Amino acid sequence: MDKFRMIFQFFQSNQESFMNGICGIMALASTQMYSAFDFNCPCLPHYNLAYGLGILLVPPFILFLLGFVLNNNISMLAEEWRRPRGRRGKDAAVLRYMFCSMAQRAMIAPAVWLSVTLLDGKCITCAFCTSVPVGSLGNASHPRLSQGEIQRLLARIPCKDIYTGQQLIANEVAVRYLRCISQALGWCFVLLMTTLAFLVRSLRPCFSQAAFLKSRYWSHYIDIERKLFDETCAEHARSFAKVCIQQFFESMSKDLVATHCHLPRKAPADAGEAAEKLLGITDQGTMNMALKSWHRCKPPLHLHPPALPTGNGWAGEGQPPSHPSAPRRETAAYYSWV
Amino acid sequence: MDRFRMIFQYFQSNSESVMNGICGLLALASVKMYSTFDFSCPCLPRYNMAYGLGIMFVPPIILFLCGLILNRQSLVMLEEWRRPPGCRKKDLAVIRYMCSSIMQRAMVAPVVWIVVTLLDGKCLICAFSGSVDPKKFVGFANVSTEQVQQLLAKVPCKDDELMRNSTSRKAVSRYLRCWSQALGWSILLILIIAAFLARWLRPCFNQATLLQARHWSNYIDIEQKIFEETCCEHSRLFAHKCILHFFESMRQEIKLHSFSLPREGEGAEGEEDLLQGITDQDQVNKLLKTWYYEKPPLDVS
Repeated sequence: MDKFRMIFQFFQSNQESFMNGICGIMALASTQMYSAFDFNCPCLPHYNLAYGLGILLVPPFILFLLGFVLNNNISMLAEEWRRPRGRRGKDAAVLRYMFCSMAQRAMIAPAVWLSVTLLDGKCITCAFCTSVPVGSLGNASHPRLSQGEIQRLLARIPCKDIYTGQQLIANEVAVRYLRCISQALGWCFVLLMTTLAFLVRSLRPCFSQAAFLKSRYWSHYIDIERKLFDETCAEHARSFAKVCIQQFFESMSKDLVATHCHLPRKAPADAGEAAEKLLGITDQGTMNMALKSWHRCKPPLHLHPPALPTGNGWAGEGQPPSHPSAPRRETAAYYSWV
Repeated sequence: MDRFRMIFQYFQSNSESVMNGICGLLALASVKMYSTFDFSCPCLPRYNMAYGLGIMFVPPIILFLCGLILNRQSLVMLEEWRRPPGCRKKDLAVIRYMCSSIMQRAMVAPVVWIVVTLLDGKCLICAFSGSVDPKKFVGFANVSTEQVQQLLAKVPCKDDELMRNSTSRKAVSRYLRCWSQALGWSILLILIIAAFLARWLRPCFNQATLLQARHWSNYIDIEQKIFEETCCEHSRLFAHKCILHFFESMRQEIKLHSFSLPREGEGAEGEEDLLQGITDQDQVNKLLKTWYYEKPPLDVS
């Protein structure tokens, strides 16, 4: 148990840093994704806006959901939310704490994507190039073109090689203008997010510290309890399986005794454990029969109490009748003994 | 417990160095951010000033707030400031000490950004190209006043078609860059002298109070860490007991309902103890169902 205890404590003390690590990795992954992504503005009047805003807003949504999916605690939260009341009340504050801490971590990667996109400028340039103020930035003396033609010309601003509206408005001027707006938006967004994070973090001790300590303790408790329960069940399953298999082998050897009148020779004392471990199955034919029996009819999931040395039975030593009758003749033999 | 002791000693001796490390990382991050940031001056009359000064001052605010958020001690200080006095008096000197050390560390990254920006020069050229006196430069001296603003605004953009080979543009650019770098180096010099004086003169004033404040601020930090560790340990033990009680109560229930006494003799194998009397598929299923539908109460008395 000592090893388990140390491992649990490590995870507990480091669970927060583990989640922070995942959070940081996702933020790095989102910057990497952005730089690997090959941005291709369509340079057509209505498609630009859709493409630009799509690239700006859809990946953050995906990253947000991914942040929840990768968080192990989401299933814990769902379980705690949906469980029947039973003998233990539910505390809404704990659920809120768990949800808030998960949501905060999941918001980091989308925020990074949005900031990087805005600071780079390509998306906004693509999306809003048709809204550039031609009157103030461009050539007012240019011969009048229809609105549609102007839109088509302006839509080509992000694609420098096919841009033909140099007389209307210089490409570099428009790109610089749009990029300046985009970067200003980006920095404002980052400032806003940082201010929000700062306020959330620093106002909490001023207002609800006691409630916070309580929620944090119980949310850690629920997590630890779930892990310990899983561990205990795994240990139980292991013991169950061990005893079940042992009983299976014992019943096989008793079966052989009953049908073949084949007394397992009691090994001399010095052969010791090895002979015991063989459980009376000492030749190839017998082993093959045991393996076949294991495959054809596995024993029921019901462990017998171990054999009494004196054979003194007691009332109540009965099989629960609800069990599927396994074809085990030795069962009857066992109980006829009593 | 030995391991805990070693870990605690590590944290105690290194809590200052952890914070210094974070501070240094933020400073490096600010330099990296500046070099990866693609500075593009809009080269338009009113936008230049807004853009240039914005890039010079908004990221430092962000870096300052980040420095406060990432510093664990700021939370500790806030908690100490806002807690009810209870049985323990509050010492304002300790809170002031913690506050000043947090602020000093948080100011490093913004200062690095501002200094790097000034030494590089692009921001100042962008912001103040429209404010130079055009009469000092040959290319702009004879231009009308409406035009001159437009032309000066285009100075930061080297590749603009009007400015590509203009010697006056280069002259204005060099002039502004010289001012920018002078400002940058002066700020750096002043700050380093101030830090030097503060560090050297501090022992002359109130050394005893300082030692006390530092000791108690370390103490508060460690106390909080140990409290959290103890809570974790406690919740683990609580959960352990709760689960054992649960298995025990399931065993009793099974005993009551099915009259099959689990064997508890000397002959019992060690595994039987671990099985806790639950030896049947139905019993296991019932246990798991009960765990979901009726979790045991949080009471291990």
